[in-house]
Amino acid sequence: MSAALTDFAPNHYGDAGTKRRLRLAMYVALAPFGLALLGYRGAIGGDAAGGWLAFGLVFAPFLALALAYIRATYRGSTPGIKNDGVQVHELSGRRVGAYLLGTAITSLYVILYWFPGALTGVVQVMEPLSQALRKGPADQWFFYGFLYTAAVIVMGIRMIYRYRHNKYQIFRTLSVMFFQLAFAFVLPALLRAFNQPEFYFTYFWPLKYDYLFPGSFEYLWKQSGGVGMFMFGWGVIASFVLTPLLTWRFGKRWYCSWVCGCGGLAETAGDPFRQLSSKKLKAWKFERWSIHTVLVLIVVLTALLWVDLGRISNDYKAWYGFFVGAALSGVVGVGFYPLLGSRVWCRFFCPMAAVLGLFQRFFSRFRITTNGDQCMSCGNCSTYCEMGIDVRAYAMQGKNIVRASCVGCGVCAAVCPRGVLKLENGKTHKDRFEGAEHPLADLLGALKKK
Amino acid sequence: MLFQKKPGRHVVIVGNGIAGVSCARALRRRDKQARITLVSGEGPHFFSRPALMYIYMGHLTYEGTKPYEDWWWQKQRIGLRQAWVTHIDTQKKWLSFAGEAGGLGYDQLVLATGSKPNKFGWPGQNLERVQGLYSLQDLQTLEAVSHEIQHGVIVGGGLIGIELAEMLHARGKKVTILSREQSYWDNALPREESLMVSDVIAESGITLHSGTELKEIVDDGQGRACGVVTGTGEKIACEFVGLTAGVSPNLSALKGSEIPTGRGVLVDFSFRSSVEDVFAIGDCAEIVTPEGQRNRIEQLWYTGQMHGEVLADVLCGDDRTYDRGIWFNSAKFLDLEWHTYGEVPPAGFPVRPGLRQVYWQAADKRHAFRLVLAGDAVVGVNAMGIRYRHKVCERWIAEKRSAEYVLNNLKEGNFDPEFYHRYEGAIVSSLRAQVAQAGGQA
Ligand SMILES: Cc1cc2nc3c(=O)[nH]c(=O)nc-3n(C[C@H](O)[C@H](O)[C@H](O)COP(=O)(O)OP(=O)(O)OC[C@H]3O[C@@H](n4cnc5c(N)ncnc54)[C@H](O)[C@@H]3O)c2cc1C
Ligand code: SF4
Repeated sequence: MSAALTDFAPNHYGDAGTKRRLRLAMYVALAPFGLALLGYRGAIGGDAAGGWLAFGLVFAPFLALALAYIRATYRGSTPGIKNDGVQVHELSGRRVGAYLLGTAITSLYVILYWFPGALTGVVQVMEPLSQALRKGPADQWFFYGFLYTAAVIVMGIRMIYRYRHNKYQIFRTLSVMFFQLAFAFVLPALLRAFNQPEFYFTYFWPLKYDYLFPGSFEYLWKQSGGVGMFMFGWGVIASFVLTPLLTWRFGKRWYCSWVCGCGGLAETAGDPFRQLSSKKLKAWKFERWSIHTVLVLIVVLTALLWVDLGRISNDYKAWYGFFVGAALSGVVGVGFYPLLGSRVWCRFFCPMAAVLGLFQRFFSRFRITTNGDQCMSCGNCSTYCEMGIDVRAYAMQGKNIVRASCVGCGVCAAVCPRGVLKLENGKTHKDRFEGAEHPLADLLGALKKK
Repeated sequence: MLFQKKPGRHVVIVGNGIAGVSCARALRRRDKQARITLVSGEGPHFFSRPALMYIYMGHLTYEGTKPYEDWWWQKQRIGLRQAWVTHIDTQKKWLSFAGEAGGLGYDQLVLATGSKPNKFGWPGQNLERVQGLYSLQDLQTLEAVSHEIQHGVIVGGGLIGIELAEMLHARGKKVTILSREQSYWDNALPREESLMVSDVIAESGITLHSGTELKEIVDDGQGRACGVVTGTGEKIACEFVGLTAGVSPNLSALKGSEIPTGRGVLVDFSFRSSVEDVFAIGDCAEIVTPEGQRNRIEQLWYTGQMHGEVLADVLCGDDRTYDRGIWFNSAKFLDLEWHTYGEVPPAGFPVRPGLRQVYWQAADKRHAFRLVLAGDAVVGVNAMGIRYRHKVCERWIAEKRSAEYVLNNLKEGNFDPEFYHRYEGAIVSSLRAQVAQAGGQA
């Protein structure tokens, strides 16, 4: 039996008329983008004002209208959890629109990776910004970085508006917006302008896997002078000192939902899709295999490159780059947001998440505590968990939640209508759950079980 | 009388709500051999009843309200049977089902049939577009008429009333609540908190008519509700009437049986009825108290769970009686959360002599904190808009801590998310001054 929702206008917040008009205007504002895709910037302003006219025409109206739409949606609502209609919404409820959107995003990734020629028009439109920031010509990756950052900022504003009653969500969202804009977009561009290696200080091995490859060592340490040495050193320290230390202290969340760019996109542009992640036990079983497999693959690859087996190593590297680096993190990871939820990559494939997860599960102080017997099993927490954790299964029994995959987004605690959940860093890692006093024995036990 | 555990006995539980399911789970944990069958007419699988509203509002899917995946029951070897029980023969130990020739035999029978919405004999209460909110079926009938509703009138300002109001409001419908009480749910909340919720309701755009009774529901000539008349003769046009003036035990399965009932199924503190091998738990049970106190009917999720777990022990031969422990509850009124622990006297009833209360409220009228004292000991904690820890508050009350102690350690009880504004400083200074004032607030 199901109780199908027949008569439903998904969330009625704001003024429906205004929102309809804004939506129409957004479709219209996409036209210059389409024109740029088809042709070249000449069609939309060309070199006028140094190319800025075309740039402005393609991006400004759409972004402004998107912001106006967000404002129109949430302005009229009282501060609080506003998930009305999420399950039946055209885009977030796995309806036709979701498939179309998924296809569009997936196609964009396929084009980016394998048919960049098709993007010549829009890449040209990026030219003035690229010149201003990077002192060099635009390419498809600059266009992608811009789009990505814009999505994090605009949808981050939405997230903040939506959760304006919740300071944890506000701070966390501001943090990912800042790290994306400053460290993943502006800084690498400026580095390039100053003829330095384009380095991302917020991405570490094994996520940015090539940072610890011998090639990077050659290039950064040996050829790029002091700045390059610093960068390579930073990469090593971040991976082997910072990551364990901060994860021990705060849990995986310090990275996954406060700093990481993939996480940043998931927490902003991905927020409307978080409820789509599968909560089934089967999905959890798959996750434990897949994510640790990728971790093993990248560790082996890195080792092979250092040992240098010549062709084998390089073929393997190309293969990993294709399957994990491009197909899984981009095409599947983001393209499938509207169908499988916002954290497909992070949950099933990200090797960084695997490492952080092992630390979190066995050595961290972080846990989600439950408030005694107050849970009434409604399922909001599990439904809105983007990592597919069945939070309710623990909350119902009054047990703390210590799971490798938890990115600490805090949305379970936010949506719980009975105030049952709280993200906490305890004084030690030992009091998280029964049996947690012996993390090493626990780890060995978990290995044996597998 | 202790029960013999007959290996392979058949325990049939009527009702797959929290009470019946808790009992089945706990029983399976202890008795690997028993055959356990859950029977319910509502649906084959256990779901969270308090989550009904979230299905309607589109926050959750029906699937999402099920705490266990469908394969889980088979793994636990708990049989599921979707059928309405129409008759119980306690002599032959046999259940009959609606629309089925056969039936089902049992060795031990657990009644966990829950509640049904109250109807107080209002004219027009059986019209179309008039209903309560209790079951999945209620949700379906509501869904079926939703497109006709522009204005819904909710009769009864309790927890289910405000939930139904929020549901309709979430679909952009105009909503009016008629409540007999002086202010919102004042037979459960103290006055200040009750007024705070009234304020939240007003802010949302829902209309609350306090001190107003329903006189009759008006027929549109085609058997459907088209309005209500209040006690003062005021007519309100509407296309839907929600009846949420409380619930009472659902005894439909017991018609013509020999199991004694009062308002609910009469049981002792081990949930045994006076008929051998028949038990009752959850909303439908009426626990007979000694010494002429009012019998207890507990219509809560938490109590249903505890009943089920205690009964499982009883069924396994333990000499166990039910002790509810220190009272607790929680709810959410639109955007406002409520946590309550211990004894907090509602405004609508006379306060037990000897209780003293101290209360703080933030200027934004969305955060409040109350301590109830008996002598110097804290007996009750009530919080609006701030989350408090169950185990900590329970400990304070159990250990009969003084107001001074509780205020000194108040931070320990806070359960709000990180970075939230902490009100403990303001609460402590305000309450300390009130406690110091001899007598405080009566
Ligand atoms: C909208 C709503 C919100 C609520 N919110 C809260 C809350 O926030 N906190 C809280 O503590 N409590 C809440 N409650 C109350 C809580 O849900 C109940 O106390 C609890 O569900 C009772 O559980 P139960 O197992 O006794 O019965 P139920 O959950 O009612 O289960 C009984 C089952 O037995 C079936 N049944 C009855 N008669 C027969 C028959 N003759 N044959 C076959 N099957 C039969 C029924 O169909 C039903 O499926 C809420 C209730 C409602 C309706
Ligand atoms: S959201 Fe809260 S009440 Fe609902 S299942 Fe989760 S912890 Fe329990």
